[in-house]
Amino acid sequence: MGKFNKGGKKEMPALNSSSMPDIVFAILFFFMVTTTMRSETLMVRMKLPTASEVQKLEKKSLVTYINIGPPMETRLGTGTQMQLNDRFAQVSEIQDYIAQEKASMNEADQPLMTVSIKADEETRMQYITDVKQALRQAYALKISYSARQGQNK
Amino acid sequence: MAKTTRKVPALNASSMADISFLLLTFFLLVSNMDVDSGLARRLPPPPQTEEQTTVDVQRRNLLVVLVNAQNETMVQNQQGSEWYSNSDELKGTGSKVALKDKVKEFVLNTSNSEQLPELTEEDFGPPIGIVPVTDQHVISIQNDATTSYKTYIAVQNEVVRAYNELREEGARKYFNTSYDELTDDQQKQINDLYPQRISEAEPKNYGGQ
Repeated sequence: MGKFNKGGKKEMPALNSSSMPDIVFAILFFFMVTTTMRSETLMVRMKLPTASEVQKLEKKSLVTYINIGPPMETRLGTGTQMQLNDRFAQVSEIQDYIAQEKASMNEADQPLMTVSIKADEETRMQYITDVKQALRQAYALKISYSARQGQNK
Repeated sequence: MAKTTRKVPALNASSMADISFLLLTFFLLVSNMDVDSGLARRLPPPPQTEEQTTVDVQRRNLLVVLVNAQNETMVQNQQGSEWYSNSDELKGTGSKVALKDKVKEFVLNTSNSEQLPELTEEDFGPPIGIVPVTDQHVISIQNDATTSYKTYIAVQNEVVRAYNELREEGARKYFNTSYDELTDDQQKQINDLYPQRISEAEPKNYGGQ
């Protein structure tokens, strides 16, 4: 039968790709909306502790971060350092930092401000306690101990 | 001149996909999806006067959780004390009672024991009604200056787990559903029933340097 002749002059029909930009735009908008441009580069090494009962921090705009850990650059030693906004800081500077972050917030959101303490799991509690006391003085009372979801080993 | 209808030439939009792909790649690279998560806590406001720094708590209402410099944990109340030497023991893998079960027993005081926090009857609104609760209990987590953060978080986690389990049990008992599926008002009722009363004291030098 001639139905299955191979030598036919049939051409592959061109794929209609006119809707491809639409699809790509849809994905593009998704990423544009979900993205948060955080210019902060980490200067301290941290391995967050694990915990099973963690809660998600809901609004990113209400969260202020404090990073604690040994510095990334080994020439700076292995002592615990704290990073606030792209630079190393002392515990005594926390109050100014919190006041500054609070001022940049919407007035209605100020009581909802949460401070997320991201500390390396090897940090000594003395340092954390000093930070906590400073936060108390600065009236930043809502805190969150940042931890990874998972089982503690 | 005779008017002729001129056709607008079709725009060649084939490069549109390329441009949008370029933008897409850019946003793909700069976006970070990770959501920060952690254990939420509320710090007490700073002391206003010297006298305000200490609050008297009856001994039976107090459960002291001590974490020392060797990262060992001791739990102590009027009933006695328990010693945990590592985080596995905290979860009750050995022969010991897990920390969360200790906390739950302490918060509930189902046996109305003299050595556990006093029970007072309170109204929580329907459908919970008037139930006895230990509204004065305090769990005090104390740590040494050289305690590691990891152990501290592990202990905090176990205490929070005890409260979460209590709330889950409360939701099952009174609303016949899991805590996550309750409405905000119902969750608030359960939270009022089992409020997290965790005190974070200032560090003391227990275990030496």
